[in-house]
Amino acid sequence: MNSGLICVSLFTADGAGIWIASILTLAIYSFLYKDNPIYRFSESLLIGISVGFLLVTTFDTTLLPKAFEPVGKGLSVMFGIGGFGSIISFIWLLIPVALGLLMFARFVPKYAWMSRVALALYIGFGAGASIPANMQSYILRQIDATIRPFLHIDSFWSLINAIVILAGLISTLFYFFFSKEQKGAFGKITRLGTFYLMIFFGATFGYTVMARISLLIGRLTFLLKDWLGLIS
Amino acid sequence: MRRTFPILVCFSFGMTMLVQFFVPSKLSTDAYNEITNWVQIIYAFALIVGVVGLLKYHFSRVSRRERGWFYNLVTVASLIVMSLLGFIGGRGDGGSFMWVFNNMMAPMQATVFSLLAFFVASAAYRGFLARNLEAFLLLFSAVMIMFGIASVGNAIPPFSDIANWILINPSMTARRGIFIGVGLGTIAVSLRVILGVERTYLGKE
Repeated sequence: MNSGLICVSLFTADGAGIWIASILTLAIYSFLYKDNPIYRFSESLLIGISVGFLLVTTFDTTLLPKAFEPVGKGLSVMFGIGGFGSIISFIWLLIPVALGLLMFARFVPKYAWMSRVALALYIGFGAGASIPANMQSYILRQIDATIRPFLHIDSFWSLINAIVILAGLISTLFYFFFSKEQKGAFGKITRLGTFYLMIFFGATFGYTVMARISLLIGRLTFLLKDWLGLIS
Repeated sequence: MRRTFPILVCFSFGMTMLVQFFVPSKLSTDAYNEITNWVQIIYAFALIVGVVGLLKYHFSRVSRRERGWFYNLVTVASLIVMSLLGFIGGRGDGGSFMWVFNNMMAPMQATVFSLLAFFVASAAYRGFLARNLEAFLLLFSAVMIMFGIASVGNAIPPFSDIANWILINPSMTARRGIFIGVGLGTIAVSLRVILGVERTYLGKE
Protein backbone atom coordinates (compact mmCIF):
# COMPACT_ATOMS: atom_id res chain seq x y z
CA MET A 1 0.00 0.00 0.00
CA ASN A 2 1.23 3.48 -0.85
CA SER A 3 1.99 5.88 2.00
CA GLY A 4 0.31 8.98 0.52
CA LEU A 5 -2.15 10.35 -1.95
CA ILE A 6 -0.86 10.07 -5.56
CA CYS A 7 -3.67 11.43 -7.73
CA VAL A 8 -3.52 10.71 -11.44
CA SER A 9 -2.47 13.62 -13.67
CA LEU A 10 -5.30 15.80 -14.93
CA PHE A 11 -3.45 16.92 -18.06
CA THR A 12 -3.60 13.79 -20.20
CA ALA A 13 -6.65 12.34 -22.04
CA ASP A 14 -6.65 9.25 -19.80
CA GLY A 15 -5.95 11.27 -16.65
CA ALA A 16 -8.72 13.77 -17.40
CA GLY A 17 -11.07 10.84 -18.06
CA ILE A 18 -10.25 9.31 -14.67
CA TRP A 19 -10.78 12.67 -12.92
CA ILE A 20 -14.14 13.22 -14.62
CA ALA A 21 -15.26 9.62 -13.96
CA SER A 22 -14.26 10.00 -10.28
CA ILE A 23 -16.04 13.32 -9.82
CA LEU A 24 -19.19 11.95 -11.47
CA THR A 25 -18.99 8.81 -9.30
CA LEU A 26 -18.82 10.95 -6.15
CA ALA A 27 -21.62 13.18 -7.48
CA ILE A 28 -23.92 10.15 -7.77
CA TYR A 29 -22.88 8.79 -4.36
CA SER A 30 -23.80 12.20 -2.87
CA PHE A 31 -27.41 10.95 -3.11
CA LEU A 32 -26.66 8.69 -0.12
CA TYR A 33 -26.68 11.85 2.01
CA LYS A 34 -29.84 13.26 0.42
CA ASP A 35 -31.24 14.41 -2.92
CA ASN A 36 -29.14 17.41 -3.97
CA PRO A 37 -28.39 19.59 -7.03
CA ILE A 38 -25.06 17.84 -7.76
CA TYR A 39 -26.78 14.44 -7.93
CA ARG A 40 -29.61 15.81 -10.07
CA PHE A 41 -27.10 17.38 -12.46
CA SER A 42 -25.23 14.07 -12.91
CA GLU A 43 -28.52 12.17 -13.25
CA SER A 44 -29.70 14.52 -16.04
CA LEU A 45 -26.29 14.23 -17.69
CA LEU A 46 -26.48 10.42 -17.60
CA ILE A 47 -29.96 10.39 -19.18
CA GLY A 48 -28.88 12.71 -22.01
CA ILE A 49 -25.65 10.84 -22.73
CA SER A 50 -27.36 7.42 -22.62
CA VAL A 51 -30.12 8.44 -25.04
CA GLY A 52 -27.55 10.04 -27.37
CA PHE A 53 -25.45 6.87 -27.26
CA LEU A 54 -28.48 4.67 -28.01
CA LEU A 55 -29.49 6.94 -30.89
CA VAL A 56 -26.03 6.85 -32.51
CA THR A 57 -25.54 3.09 -32.05
CA THR A 58 -29.04 2.30 -33.41
CA PHE A 59 -28.32 4.49 -36.43
CA ASP A 60 -24.98 2.73 -36.89
CA THR A 61 -26.20 -0.84 -36.48
CA THR A 62 -29.70 -0.70 -37.97
CA LEU A 63 -30.73 2.38 -39.93
CA LEU A 64 -27.53 2.85 -41.92
CA PRO A 65 -26.87 -0.76 -43.03
CA LYS A 66 -30.48 -1.97 -43.28
CA ALA A 67 -32.31 1.11 -44.59
CA PHE A 68 -30.31 4.13 -45.74
CA GLU A 69 -27.47 2.40 -47.61
CA PRO A 70 -29.75 -0.02 -49.53
CA VAL A 71 -32.19 2.81 -50.32
CA GLY A 72 -29.28 4.97 -51.51
CA LYS A 73 -28.07 2.14 -53.75
CA GLY A 74 -31.57 1.65 -55.08
CA LEU A 75 -31.92 5.35 -55.88
CA SER A 76 -28.59 5.36 -57.69
CA VAL A 77 -29.88 2.47 -59.83
CA MET A 78 -33.09 4.31 -60.61
CA PHE A 79 -30.99 7.19 -61.89
CA GLY A 80 -28.81 4.77 -63.84
CA ILE A 81 -25.61 5.04 -61.77
CA GLY A 82 -25.25 1.70 -59.97
CA GLY A 83 -25.97 -1.94 -60.66
CA PHE A 84 -28.89 -2.71 -58.38
CA GLY A 85 -30.82 -5.53 -60.02
CA SER A 86 -34.48 -5.27 -59.46
CA ILE A 87 -36.80 -2.32 -59.03
CA ILE A 88 -39.25 -4.61 -57.21
CA SER A 89 -36.75 -5.39 -54.46
CA PHE A 90 -36.13 -1.65 -54.10
CA ILE A 91 -39.84 -0.97 -53.68
CA TRP A 92 -40.01 -3.94 -51.26
CA LEU A 93 -37.27 -2.28 -49.20
CA LEU A 94 -39.15 1.01 -49.17
CA ILE A 95 -42.10 -0.56 -47.32
CA PRO A 96 -40.45 -0.73 -43.84
CA VAL A 97 -38.85 2.69 -44.38
CA ALA A 98 -42.28 4.15 -45.28
CA LEU A 99 -43.81 2.42 -42.24
CA GLY A 100 -41.02 3.81 -40.05
CA LEU A 101 -41.62 7.31 -41.41
CA LEU A 102 -45.33 6.87 -40.65
CA MET A 103 -44.35 6.80 -36.96
CA PHE A 104 -43.70 10.53 -37.24
CA ALA A 105 -47.41 11.06 -37.98
CA ARG A 106 -47.80 11.03 -34.17
CA PHE A 107 -46.68 14.63 -34.13
CA VAL A 108 -49.58 15.72 -36.40
CA PRO A 109 -52.82 15.11 -34.46
CA LYS A 110 -54.96 14.86 -37.62
CA TYR A 111 -52.85 12.01 -39.03
CA ALA A 112 -51.67 10.47 -35.75
CA TRP A 113 -53.71 7.30 -36.43
CA MET A 114 -51.37 6.41 -39.31
CA SER A 115 -48.56 5.63 -36.86
CA ARG A 116 -50.72 2.75 -35.58
CA VAL A 117 -50.05 0.76 -38.76
CA ALA A 118 -46.31 0.49 -38.06
CA LEU A 119 -47.00 -0.14 -34.39
CA ALA A 120 -49.52 -2.88 -35.27
CA LEU A 121 -46.96 -4.62 -37.49
CA TYR A 122 -44.37 -4.45 -34.70
CA ILE A 123 -46.78 -5.78 -32.06
CA GLY A 124 -48.21 -8.44 -34.39
CA PHE A 125 -44.70 -9.67 -35.15
CA GLY A 126 -43.80 -9.76 -31.45
CA ALA A 127 -47.01 -11.56 -30.48
CA GLY A 128 -46.75 -14.13 -33.28
CA ALA A 129 -43.06 -14.84 -32.74
CA SER A 130 -43.41 -15.04 -28.96
CA ILE A 131 -46.00 -17.85 -28.92
CA PRO A 132 -43.75 -20.70 -30.18
CA ALA A 133 -40.69 -19.19 -28.47
CA ASN A 134 -42.45 -19.07 -25.09
CA MET A 135 -43.95 -22.51 -25.58
CA GLN A 136 -40.47 -23.93 -26.13
CA SER A 137 -38.32 -22.04 -23.65
CA TYR A 138 -40.73 -21.24 -20.83
CA ILE A 139 -42.95 -24.33 -20.82
CA LEU A 140 -41.61 -27.43 -22.60
CA ARG A 141 -37.95 -26.99 -21.57
CA GLN A 142 -38.94 -26.33 -17.96
CA ILE A 143 -41.12 -29.45 -17.80
CA ASP A 144 -38.34 -31.43 -19.49
CA ALA A 145 -35.75 -30.21 -16.95
CA THR A 146 -38.08 -31.17 -14.08
CA ILE A 147 -38.70 -34.73 -15.30
CA ARG A 148 -35.22 -35.48 -16.65
CA PRO A 149 -33.54 -35.95 -13.20
CA PHE A 150 -35.73 -39.07 -12.69
CA LEU A 151 -33.98 -40.67 -15.70
CA HIS A 152 -30.55 -40.24 -14.13
CA ILE A 153 -30.99 -41.47 -10.56
CA ASP A 154 -27.76 -43.03 -9.36
CA SER A 155 -27.92 -42.48 -5.60
CA PHE A 156 -30.33 -41.91 -2.74
CA TRP A 157 -29.57 -38.16 -2.76
CA SER A 158 -30.20 -37.80 -6.47
CA LEU A 159 -33.66 -39.38 -5.90
CA ILE A 160 -34.33 -36.94 -3.02
CA ASN A 161 -33.25 -34.00 -5.20
CA ALA A 162 -35.46 -35.16 -8.08
CA ILE A 163 -38.45 -35.41 -5.70
CA VAL A 164 -37.67 -31.96 -4.21
CA ILE A 165 -37.62 -30.50 -7.74
CA LEU A 166 -40.86 -32.18 -8.87
CA ALA A 167 -42.71 -31.35 -5.62
CA GLY A 168 -41.50 -27.76 -5.90
CA LEU A 169 -42.75 -27.30 -9.45
CA ILE A 170 -46.17 -28.84 -8.76
CA SER A 171 -46.72 -26.92 -5.52
CA THR A 172 -45.56 -23.62 -7.04
CA LEU A 173 -47.94 -24.08 -9.97
CA PHE A 174 -50.75 -24.93 -7.55
CA TYR A 175 -50.02 -21.73 -5.63
CA PHE A 176 -50.68 -19.67 -8.77
CA PHE A 177 -54.02 -21.40 -9.37
CA PHE A 178 -56.47 -18.85 -8.00
CA SER A 179 -59.72 -20.32 -9.37
CA LYS A 180 -60.09 -22.53 -6.29
CA GLU A 181 -59.98 -21.46 -2.67
CA GLN A 182 -56.65 -22.44 -1.13
CA LYS A 183 -57.80 -24.58 1.81
CA GLY A 184 -57.84 -28.26 2.83
CA ALA A 185 -55.43 -30.60 1.00
CA PHE A 186 -55.15 -28.10 -1.84
CA GLY A 187 -54.25 -25.39 0.67
CA LYS A 188 -51.49 -27.57 2.16
CA ILE A 189 -49.91 -28.03 -1.29
CA THR A 190 -50.12 -24.29 -2.01
CA ARG A 191 -48.50 -23.57 1.37
CA LEU A 192 -45.61 -25.84 0.34
CA GLY A 193 -45.46 -23.79 -2.87
CA THR A 194 -45.17 -20.63 -0.74
CA PHE A 195 -42.14 -22.12 1.03
CA TYR A 196 -40.45 -22.81 -2.29
CA LEU A 197 -41.26 -19.29 -3.51
CA MET A 198 -39.82 -17.76 -0.34
CA ILE A 199 -36.59 -19.72 -0.82
CA PHE A 200 -36.48 -18.51 -4.45
CA PHE A 201 -37.10 -14.86 -3.46
CA GLY A 202 -34.46 -15.08 -0.75
CA ALA A 203 -31.92 -16.60 -3.15
CA THR A 204 -32.71 -13.98 -5.80
CA PHE A 205 -32.40 -11.22 -3.21
CA GLY A 206 -29.07 -12.59 -1.99
CA TYR A 207 -27.78 -12.82 -5.54
CA THR A 208 -28.88 -9.25 -6.34
CA VAL A 209 -27.24 -7.89 -3.18
CA MET A 210 -23.96 -9.62 -4.00
CA ALA A 211 -24.04 -8.39 -7.62
CA ARG A 212 -24.59 -4.80 -6.46
CA ILE A 213 -21.89 -5.10 -3.81
CA SER A 214 -19.41 -6.33 -6.39
CA LEU A 215 -20.25 -3.22 -8.47
CA LEU A 216 -19.72 -1.08 -5.36
CA ILE A 217 -16.34 -2.73 -4.76
CA GLY A 218 -15.47 -2.02 -8.40
CA ARG A 219 -16.29 1.68 -8.02
CA LEU A 220 -14.40 1.97 -4.72
CA THR A 221 -11.38 0.21 -6.25
CA PHE A 222 -11.52 2.68 -9.14
CA LEU A 223 -11.57 5.66 -6.76
CA LEU A 224 -8.85 4.37 -4.43
CA LYS A 225 -6.57 2.78 -7.03
CA ASP A 226 -7.00 4.50 -10.41
CA TRP A 227 -7.78 7.99 -9.11
CA LEU A 228 -6.13 8.45 -5.71
CA GLY A 229 -3.44 5.77 -6.05
CA LEU A 230 -3.95 4.74 -2.43
CA ILE A 231 -3.86 1.01 -3.21
CA SER A 232 -1.68 -0.82 -5.67
CA MET B 1 -60.45 2.27 -41.13
CA ARG B 2 -58.39 4.04 -38.45
CA ARG B 3 -58.67 1.10 -36.07
CA THR B 4 -59.68 -1.80 -38.31
CA PHE B 5 -56.72 -1.58 -40.69
CA PRO B 6 -54.06 -1.69 -37.92
CA ILE B 7 -55.90 -4.64 -36.33
CA LEU B 8 -55.83 -6.45 -39.68
CA VAL B 9 -52.10 -5.71 -40.06
CA CYS B 10 -51.47 -7.03 -36.55
CA PHE B 11 -53.52 -10.17 -37.27
CA SER B 12 -51.78 -10.82 -40.62
CA PHE B 13 -48.24 -10.44 -39.32
CA GLY B 14 -49.00 -12.27 -36.06
CA MET B 15 -50.48 -15.24 -37.92
CA THR B 16 -47.63 -15.20 -40.45
CA MET B 17 -45.05 -15.43 -37.66
CA LEU B 18 -47.04 -18.15 -35.92
CA VAL B 19 -47.58 -20.25 -39.05
CA GLN B 20 -44.00 -19.90 -40.35
CA PHE B 21 -42.71 -21.59 -37.18
CA PHE B 22 -44.83 -24.69 -37.79
CA VAL B 23 -44.11 -24.86 -41.55
CA PRO B 24 -40.33 -25.10 -41.81
CA SER B 25 -39.20 -24.28 -45.34
CA LYS B 26 -36.90 -21.87 -47.16
CA LEU B 27 -39.86 -19.61 -47.88
CA SER B 28 -40.88 -19.39 -44.21
CA THR B 29 -37.26 -18.79 -43.10
CA ASP B 30 -36.85 -16.04 -45.72
CA ALA B 31 -40.16 -14.48 -44.66
CA TYR B 32 -39.05 -14.58 -41.01
CA ASN B 33 -35.71 -12.92 -41.81
CA GLU B 34 -37.33 -10.27 -44.01
CA ILE B 35 -39.97 -9.35 -41.43
CA THR B 36 -37.31 -9.28 -38.69
CA ASN B 37 -35.42 -6.72 -40.79
CA TRP B 38 -38.58 -4.67 -41.25
CA VAL B 39 -39.23 -4.73 -37.52
CA GLN B 40 -35.68 -3.60 -36.76
CA ILE B 41 -36.05 -0.66 -39.17
CA ILE B 42 -39.41 0.30 -37.63
CA TYR B 43 -37.85 0.04 -34.14
CA ALA B 44 -35.06 2.42 -35.19
CA PHE B 45 -37.59 4.96 -36.48
CA ALA B 46 -39.66 4.52 -33.31
CA LEU B 47 -36.53 5.31 -31.29
CA ILE B 48 -36.06 8.55 -33.23
CA VAL B 49 -39.72 9.42 -32.59
CA GLY B 50 -39.08 8.77 -28.89
CA VAL B 51 -36.00 11.02 -28.89
CA VAL B 52 -37.96 13.79 -30.64
CA GLY B 53 -40.71 13.41 -28.01
CA LEU B 54 -38.13 13.58 -25.21
CA LEU B 55 -36.55 16.72 -26.70
CA LYS B 56 -39.99 18.34 -27.13
CA TYR B 57 -40.83 17.66 -23.48
CA HIS B 58 -37.54 19.03 -22.13
CA PHE B 59 -37.51 22.02 -24.49
CA SER B 60 -41.02 23.00 -23.43
CA ARG B 61 -39.98 22.88 -19.75
CA VAL B 62 -36.89 24.99 -20.47
CA SER B 63 -38.80 27.54 -22.56
CA ARG B 64 -41.45 27.94 -19.83
CA ARG B 65 -38.70 28.19 -17.18
CA GLU B 66 -40.45 25.56 -15.07
CA ARG B 67 -39.04 24.47 -11.70
CA GLY B 68 -35.76 22.57 -12.25
CA TRP B 69 -35.52 23.73 -15.90
CA PHE B 70 -31.72 23.78 -15.65
CA TYR B 71 -31.67 19.96 -15.34
CA ASN B 72 -33.87 19.67 -18.45
CA LEU B 73 -31.35 21.86 -20.24
CA VAL B 74 -28.50 19.57 -19.09
CA THR B 75 -30.37 16.52 -20.49
CA VAL B 76 -31.02 18.22 -23.84
CA ALA B 77 -27.48 19.58 -24.14
CA SER B 78 -25.82 16.27 -23.27
CA LEU B 79 -28.08 14.37 -25.69
CA ILE B 80 -27.29 16.77 -28.53
CA VAL B 81 -23.54 16.85 -27.78
CA MET B 82 -23.34 13.04 -27.53
CA SER B 83 -25.24 12.63 -30.82
CA LEU B 84 -23.02 15.19 -32.58
CA LEU B 85 -19.88 13.50 -31.25
CA GLY B 86 -21.12 10.21 -32.70
CA PHE B 87 -22.40 11.49 -36.02
CA ILE B 88 -19.67 14.02 -36.79
CA GLY B 89 -16.67 13.00 -34.72
CA GLY B 90 -16.83 9.30 -35.55
CA ARG B 91 -17.64 6.24 -33.50
CA GLY B 92 -14.34 4.37 -33.51
CA ASP B 93 -12.13 3.55 -30.54
CA GLY B 94 -9.98 6.50 -29.50
CA GLY B 95 -12.58 9.04 -30.64
CA SER B 96 -14.36 11.52 -28.42
CA PHE B 97 -17.65 9.58 -28.65
CA MET B 98 -16.09 6.48 -27.09
CA TRP B 99 -14.13 8.68 -24.65
CA VAL B 100 -17.43 10.03 -23.27
CA PHE B 101 -18.82 6.48 -23.16
CA ASN B 102 -15.80 5.10 -21.27
CA ASN B 103 -15.24 8.00 -18.89
CA MET B 104 -18.73 9.33 -18.27
CA MET B 105 -21.53 6.96 -19.25
CA ALA B 106 -20.09 3.60 -18.13
CA PRO B 107 -18.81 4.83 -14.71
CA MET B 108 -22.05 6.68 -13.98
CA GLN B 109 -24.19 3.66 -14.90
CA ALA B 110 -22.08 1.35 -12.73
CA THR B 111 -22.32 3.84 -9.85
CA VAL B 112 -26.11 4.13 -10.14
CA PHE B 113 -26.43 0.33 -10.06
CA SER B 114 -24.01 0.05 -7.14
CA LEU B 115 -26.07 2.67 -5.27
CA LEU B 116 -28.72 0.00 -4.93
CA ALA B 117 -26.39 -2.02 -2.66
CA PHE B 118 -26.98 0.54 0.10
CA PHE B 119 -30.75 0.57 -0.34
CA VAL B 120 -31.19 -3.22 -0.48
CA ALA B 121 -28.97 -3.54 2.61
CA SER B 122 -31.09 -0.99 4.46
CA ALA B 123 -34.32 -2.65 3.24
CA ALA B 124 -33.01 -6.05 4.38
CA TYR B 125 -32.16 -4.65 7.82
CA ARG B 126 -35.71 -3.34 8.23
CA GLY B 127 -37.59 -6.18 6.54
CA PHE B 128 -35.69 -9.38 7.34
CA LEU B 129 -37.41 -10.44 10.54
CA ALA B 130 -38.13 -14.15 11.03
CA ARG B 131 -41.73 -13.60 12.17
CA ASN B 132 -43.01 -16.90 10.74
CA LEU B 133 -41.76 -19.93 8.79
CA GLU B 134 -42.07 -18.21 5.37
CA ALA B 135 -40.10 -15.17 6.57
CA PHE B 136 -37.49 -17.47 8.13
CA LEU B 137 -37.04 -19.36 4.82
CA LEU B 138 -36.61 -16.05 2.97
CA LEU B 139 -34.01 -14.88 5.48
CA PHE B 140 -32.20 -18.23 5.63
CA SER B 141 -32.03 -18.57 1.83
CA ALA B 142 -30.77 -15.00 1.35
CA VAL B 143 -28.12 -15.32 4.07
CA MET B 144 -26.89 -18.68 2.75
CA ILE B 145 -26.61 -17.37 -0.81
CA MET B 146 -24.80 -14.19 0.31
CA PHE B 147 -22.32 -16.15 2.43
CA GLY B 148 -21.98 -18.89 -0.17
CA ILE B 149 -21.07 -16.44 -2.92
CA ALA B 150 -18.73 -14.23 -0.85
CA SER B 151 -15.13 -15.39 -0.75
CA VAL B 152 -15.19 -15.82 3.04
CA GLY B 153 -18.24 -18.09 2.92
CA ASN B 154 -17.03 -19.86 -0.19
CA ALA B 155 -14.00 -21.04 1.78
CA ILE B 156 -16.24 -22.71 4.38
CA PRO B 157 -17.74 -25.88 2.79
CA PRO B 158 -21.18 -25.93 4.50
CA PHE B 159 -22.04 -22.43 3.29
CA SER B 160 -21.01 -22.95 -0.31
CA ASP B 161 -22.57 -26.43 -0.45
CA ILE B 162 -25.88 -25.26 1.04
CA ALA B 163 -25.91 -22.22 -1.27
CA ASN B 164 -25.32 -24.41 -4.32
CA TRP B 165 -27.99 -26.89 -3.26
CA ILE B 166 -30.53 -24.08 -2.71
CA LEU B 167 -29.73 -22.55 -6.10
CA ILE B 168 -30.00 -25.73 -8.18
CA ASN B 169 -32.89 -27.41 -6.35
CA PRO B 170 -35.64 -25.50 -4.46
CA SER B 171 -34.85 -22.06 -5.89
CA MET B 172 -34.56 -23.33 -9.46
CA THR B 173 -37.79 -25.31 -9.29
CA ALA B 174 -39.76 -22.31 -7.95
CA ARG B 175 -38.23 -20.26 -10.77
CA ARG B 176 -39.47 -22.91 -13.22
CA GLY B 177 -42.99 -22.63 -11.80
CA ILE B 178 -42.88 -18.86 -12.32
CA PHE B 179 -41.47 -19.32 -15.84
CA ILE B 180 -44.31 -21.67 -16.79
CA GLY B 181 -46.81 -19.10 -15.48
CA VAL B 182 -45.06 -16.33 -17.42
CA GLY B 183 -45.04 -18.49 -20.57
CA LEU B 184 -48.74 -19.32 -20.34
CA GLY B 185 -49.60 -15.68 -19.60
CA THR B 186 -47.54 -14.41 -22.53
CA ILE B 187 -49.14 -16.90 -24.92
CA ALA B 188 -52.63 -15.91 -23.74
CA VAL B 189 -51.90 -12.18 -24.15
CA SER B 190 -50.26 -12.76 -27.56
CA LEU B 191 -53.35 -14.62 -28.79
CA ARG B 192 -55.58 -11.82 -27.52
CA VAL B 193 -53.44 -9.27 -29.38
CA ILE B 194 -53.36 -11.25 -32.64
CA LEU B 195 -57.12 -11.89 -32.57
CA GLY B 196 -57.82 -8.22 -31.88
CA VAL B 197 -59.36 -8.73 -28.43
CA GLU B 198 -56.56 -6.73 -26.78
CA ARG B 199 -56.41 -3.30 -28.48
CA THR B 200 -54.84 -1.01 -25.90
CA TYR B 201 -51.75 -0.54 -28.10
CA LEU B 202 -53.97 1.43 -30.52
CA GLY B 203 -54.49 4.13 -27.90
CA LYS B 204 -57.55 6.34 -27.65
CA GLU B 205 -59.53 7.38 -30.72
